[in-house]
Amino acid sequence: MSRPSRRGPSAIRPCGCPGHRRVGHPPRWWAGWVVLAVAVTGCAGGGTSGSPGQPSSEIVVLAAASLTEAFTQIAADFEAAHPGTDVTLGFGGSSTLGPQIVAGAPADVFAAASPDTMRLVVEAGAVSGAPAVFARNRLQIAVPAGNPADVGGLADLADPDLLVALCAPEVPCGAAAETALAAAGVQARPDTLEQDVRAVLTKIELGEVDAGLVYRTDVLAAGAAVEGVRLPVADDTVSDYLIAALADADDPDLAVAFVDCVSSDQGQETLADAGFERP
Amino acid sequence: MPASSAPEAGHAARARARTRSRRTASRMPAALLVPAVLGLLYLVLPLLALLVRTPWSGLPAQLARPQVVDALRLSLLSATLATALCLLLGVPLAWVLARTQIPGRPVVRALVTVPLVLPPVVGGLALLLLLGRRGLLGERLDLWFGITLPYSTAAVVIAEAFVAMPFLVLTVEGALRSADVRLEDAATTLGASRLYAFRRVTLPLLAPGVTAGAVLCFARALGEFGATVTFAGSFPGVTRTMPIEIYLASQTTPETAVVLSVVLLTVSVLVLAGLRERWLSGAATR
Repeated sequence: MSRPSRRGPSAIRPCGCPGHRRVGHPPRWWAGWVVLAVAVTGCAGGGTSGSPGQPSSEIVVLAAASLTEAFTQIAADFEAAHPGTDVTLGFGGSSTLGPQIVAGAPADVFAAASPDTMRLVVEAGAVSGAPAVFARNRLQIAVPAGNPADVGGLADLADPDLLVALCAPEVPCGAAAETALAAAGVQARPDTLEQDVRAVLTKIELGEVDAGLVYRTDVLAAGAAVEGVRLPVADDTVSDYLIAALADADDPDLAVAFVDCVSSDQGQETLADAGFERP
Repeated sequence: MPASSAPEAGHAARARARTRSRRTASRMPAALLVPAVLGLLYLVLPLLALLVRTPWSGLPAQLARPQVVDALRLSLLSATLATALCLLLGVPLAWVLARTQIPGRPVVRALVTVPLVLPPVVGGLALLLLLGRRGLLGERLDLWFGITLPYSTAAVVIAEAFVAMPFLVLTVEGALRSADVRLEDAATTLGASRLYAFRRVTLPLLAPGVTAGAVLCFARALGEFGATVTFAGSFPGVTRTMPIEIYLASQTTPETAVVLSVVLLTVSVLVLAGLRERWLSGAATR
């Protein structure tokens, strides 16, 4: 389940040349899928988007809120590689987006922050093909800049004198937090259980809580207002992110092309810049 | 200003219109009747859909769940306190707007209506920036008195009152404008102080308007979500009101969310019906 991070702090990098650390990756079933996808398409233009200069296709991608920065970049790359294609992005809590897709929201691709949410969509028959894990994220304790309450680890979240924000157990980040806290044997004393991870982050940025459990990528995205406190390896919890083309896609080939783009070297590079890990 | 005229016209004219409406209904042109019926359906059909899809058999079990009981109790308590706070501050504010000639009164009225048009989440954020631990005033509260408002039931009341008070102020202001000023003037010429005249003449005259405003205010506070969740957070039994509980439930178990929605809907309708009954009978005996 938990693996020590292979890259550590080197995750923040300028947009480098793609593909320099693909070799030697543990052989898993999706790794083969990724390699195949990269070999076939990558982000490069497929034959489905019409001739260049003739705006024709549109694709709607619904993605977990934590993917906001990475997917905005990937969508721009995809549009550049597929002239005439418009990518419309919708971000929200995975647990909000999932039911929306089941209820018939017009979308072509869904990227979820938890297998549970994706399972809901798969069981409703809204997915074409099998969802694939395309990224992983880790929880981190986030504190306001300067760490005013001197939070050092998960055990501090049990301190009744500290103001602590967690995600509600109903949403993926809250479920991950519960798992991490249970694994560490910590009885946390949260003062608020927020409805999504960005709400926790906002309260930390404003200094209205002393600590919160968010994803590592959120700490990076928040910039200087928020600091991360790394969890010891033993307390580390990894969350899988899954992506799938949807059954209702107007242009199924284009939807698959976007999924391939996310899993391509270029896409993975963008995700790594945002703090995600390769599956 | 347009925002203030709606409740004004609504409440002042309703009593008079009630007797007339029965006679005029039969002469109503179709051009008005058709959109009117559509408008009604527009408001009622979604609620019907909610009722149709409610798993009624699961209702008692849902109602017995401790977190539902907690959320409902918290919602009723905080909405009541918020209404009390709105009455305390809002009625005098309405009086100032309706009866005095303070400079910049249109600006004041516009400011009062801002929370009406503001997205509640923005209101919650604004409250956090004022009263939060790092807020303009909140920092002092924390430093001097050790008071931290967010994540407390008090914060829920503050957030709800912020969003709901305009409803009360505008309704009461409308009632004040349609009330007869000469009665107050008579009281003051007979030697009553303005405060005494306000308490003994104006307030009794205003009772129906104040009640209507308080009901609107309570209903708005009961349904408040955005400002509450942003300013007060969400913790079972302390700050997680029914709307927040419903939103969270809708993420995982939509059936539960539907049941909770029906519970909240029932409570709202009961409150409205109960208060309206008292308001009508009160008006009848006067």
